[in-house]
Amino acid sequence: MNAAVIVFPGSNRERDVAFALELVSGRKPALVWHADTQLPPGTDLVVLPGGFSYGDYLRCGAIAARAAIMEAVRAHAARGGLVLGICNGFQILCEAGLLPGVLMRNKDRRFACKVAHLKVERTDTPFTRAYAPGQVIAIPCAHGEGNYIADRKTLEKIEGNGLVAFRYCSAAGEVGPAFNHNGSTNSIAGIFSPKLNVLGMMPHPENHVDARLGPTDGRGLFAGLVDALVKAA
Amino acid sequence: MTHATTPPEPAITPALIAEHGLKPDEYQRILDLIGREPTFTELGIFSAMWNEHCSYKSSRIHLRKLPTEAPWVIQGPGENAGVIDIGDGDAVVFKMESHNHPSYIEPYQGATTGVGGILRDVFTMGARPIACLNFLRYGHPDHPKTRPVLAGSVAGIGGYGNSFGVPTIAGGVGFHTRYDGNCLINAMAVGLAKTDGIFYAAAAGVGLPIVYLGSKTGRDGMGGATMASAEFGEGSEEKRPTVQVGDPFAEKLLLEACLEIMAKDCVVAIQDMGAAGLTCSAVEMGAKGNLGVELDLDKVPCRETGMTAYEMMLSESQERMLMVLKPEKEAEAEAIFRKWGLDFAVVGHTTDTLRFVVKRHGKVMADLPIKELGDEAPLYDRPWIKPAPWPVLEASAIPAPMSNADALVKLLATPDLCSKRWVWEQYDYMILGNTVQRPGGDAGVVRIAPDQTKALAMTTDVTPRYCEADPFEGGKQAVAEAWRNLTATGAKPLAVTDNLNFGNPERPEIMGQFVFCLKGIAEACRALDFPIVSGNVSLYNETNGRGILPTPTIGGVGVIDDYSKAAGVAFRAEGEAIFLVGETTGWLGQSAYLRDIVGREAGAPPPVDLAAERRNGDFVRSLITEGGVTAVHDLSDGGLAIALAEMAMASGIGAAIDTLPDGPAHAVLFGEDQARYLVTVAAADAAAFTSRAAAAGVPALRLGTTGGDRLTLPGERPILIGDLKTAHESWLPTYMAGPA
Repeated sequence: MNAAVIVFPGSNRERDVAFALELVSGRKPALVWHADTQLPPGTDLVVLPGGFSYGDYLRCGAIAARAAIMEAVRAHAARGGLVLGICNGFQILCEAGLLPGVLMRNKDRRFACKVAHLKVERTDTPFTRAYAPGQVIAIPCAHGEGNYIADRKTLEKIEGNGLVAFRYCSAAGEVGPAFNHNGSTNSIAGIFSPKLNVLGMMPHPENHVDARLGPTDGRGLFAGLVDALVKAA
Repeated sequence: MTHATTPPEPAITPALIAEHGLKPDEYQRILDLIGREPTFTELGIFSAMWNEHCSYKSSRIHLRKLPTEAPWVIQGPGENAGVIDIGDGDAVVFKMESHNHPSYIEPYQGATTGVGGILRDVFTMGARPIACLNFLRYGHPDHPKTRPVLAGSVAGIGGYGNSFGVPTIAGGVGFHTRYDGNCLINAMAVGLAKTDGIFYAAAAGVGLPIVYLGSKTGRDGMGGATMASAEFGEGSEEKRPTVQVGDPFAEKLLLEACLEIMAKDCVVAIQDMGAAGLTCSAVEMGAKGNLGVELDLDKVPCRETGMTAYEMMLSESQERMLMVLKPEKEAEAEAIFRKWGLDFAVVGHTTDTLRFVVKRHGKVMADLPIKELGDEAPLYDRPWIKPAPWPVLEASAIPAPMSNADALVKLLATPDLCSKRWVWEQYDYMILGNTVQRPGGDAGVVRIAPDQTKALAMTTDVTPRYCEADPFEGGKQAVAEAWRNLTATGAKPLAVTDNLNFGNPERPEIMGQFVFCLKGIAEACRALDFPIVSGNVSLYNETNGRGILPTPTIGGVGVIDDYSKAAGVAFRAEGEAIFLVGETTGWLGQSAYLRDIVGREAGAPPPVDLAAERRNGDFVRSLITEGGVTAVHDLSDGGLAIALAEMAMASGIGAAIDTLPDGPAHAVLFGEDQARYLVTVAAADAAAFTSRAAAAGVPALRLGTTGGDRLTLPGERPILIGDLKTAHESWLPTYMAGPA
């Protein structure tokens, strides 16, 4: 797996996701500077990490979506290349038009760091193939603006085409307002692009990969990607 | 284009001198020192250097009595932060600092800049920050400012740390009416460096360029350090313009840029611009290096036009640094700063004159002796009176007003003992991917790197009501509790940073609290081999003549060689033996029970037997290291019953208690005797544990067994863990949902 992690000024989970990628795949990802215009040759997975790109003083991800490197990321996605946006990365993907919708302030308007339970909605994708259908995974969240909103038509498309990747739920897999900590529409925690090669998600699978620190439910996402890329090669 | 000129400076008048917080005798000292009337800019410089916040003029003579040395101490107090050696070429850099006054006036920005300032202190020394902690005290929950100040300051602490990208892993939150007009926001940062990669403030070499880095200078924070050195009264909110605005994004860039140029060996000396900004940083670099400094203010990157020398010297704009670079590396360093989009400007040079010279528009605005600015700051041995400790209360004189089960549930839902989840969930405690123990335990634990077994444990502690009732024992207890919290994770406690928050030192009874708290701290640090390597003093924490509770916050750091063996507070399994380690007398004086159940704030606080602390703690730590115990919790506020409930709630496993220490049940359940721990061991190991404890001379009493879904105290109704949790988790969110 040749992964490239894009580093914007203000990215701050690039090391976390680079660690997870190396732990699971055995290969260090490239760290690519936002001002670069090209991805390293042979890149097969682009990761937009969490953080506060450019301080997020404007709408989250709005400036990063216009960074020089994003042209190359768009071209990579258009070719069917895999793109994973986590937290601020998800916000950037929405601002860049690679995914629909927008992430608003959490419903209680507070930043929240907590472990959320996510229901895996489908497993026939490169990102989720290591999980079982309907599996509930525990993944940490750390965001102030993770409240997913889209207009009705867009939502119909997302839901109608099965493009929801994860939904917030209870430990038992029950979906409902009580378990939807940030108020996202339809409890959406992550969505796919129509071709299933772009995933944006608010929770941080990269922080639940190391058994020495706690649960490892995030490993499956990276293991699935490794598996998908090995099979594709 | 008109030629820039310097507007005439105002004349020095007694009123102007007073506005600068300088007393008449202090002004006379300036006249004697420089032999002439100071310019307006010079007056500003003196006020910045000689206020309490920067000069420690009331506290210095007492701080000298603190133990600051140990074989593992690389740098003690006097630099931006303390540095200790944790072996294998790694060093830990840490410090704590208060931002009390600004946070009360403007809670969000006051707290963010407190966090930003302490992070800068740590990475200025070459360390990458790996964790933040805090210690927060607010007024009575019914006071109208408590809710908004809490909400704003917590959001600010999170807002800065989360964006900067450092986990905030531990802290303390409490309430008392004595903080009504004066909250405490103490922020601590911990960083990791290489022992051969520590950077200092002292400049070396004449004629070297002094470089300004980071954000631009504006008029924000003007006179902030002077404000922090005065009491609050009516109209303090008008001081809002003296609070700075934090920019964690700029600081994150500054961190990355600084660490990059440090790694490339470009830096001779570095000093962050904190309180009193450019003045303090430039003077320290010169004075510590026995050099003069000449600054050309026309070169300083400014955010606003028309700033005067006075304004630039006193600005407290954030996210700025001053460096002396190796001349041959200047271009390389500048390229790195430009890459990160930061300002970079040569604003002066070092000289051999030992003068601090400031020029604006070609005119000398200040020319002062650089060493005397710091060294000749006033030093006061302020009068103090010995505090009279409150009388000892006998437990037998305090009847229990309700059943112990009811008291436990009630205590869990009090402002001080309730869950602080509402607070710590606003802090990113996971970022960097090294958090071993998340908030809610005795101490935060982070490993130093994924490929190492070593981890650091960290905690912040003090029990202000103990310090109020007996400053000496309270000072000892703050240190002992920090040491105990680290020990309870299995860490070897190594060193301390302190944040000494007190009222007006010009009042002898406040000065007495300060002197005796410090005596207690010093005695405990000596007895526990726990030296103080950095710290901060915050005085004048009073409003309308009423001081805060004396609050000398202790930040402790310890090392765990193998974090896979670290202990946590959660019961590990059912059917395990629960032991109480340490002596229990049932000490109810100054206990949470006495205050919140009986309704009395009375009595002497529990005395601290430092030999027992050491013996009991060393015993518990050695068992953790050997894997001989399964869960460990220190006993503190609320005593044995609260600790049992916390272990049960953390695990979801209940406990049946059948044995208690001798004495009235409410006193032994809720008394706050020191030097105690609760531990669990596998049932099969219980006999061996008892004999190990006896051999070590450590009291250990088997209380009962873990298991089931409820906590049962002797002779009391069993309490479902779910009911304990509901009581524990409800108070703070309900309170915060109240009217703003």
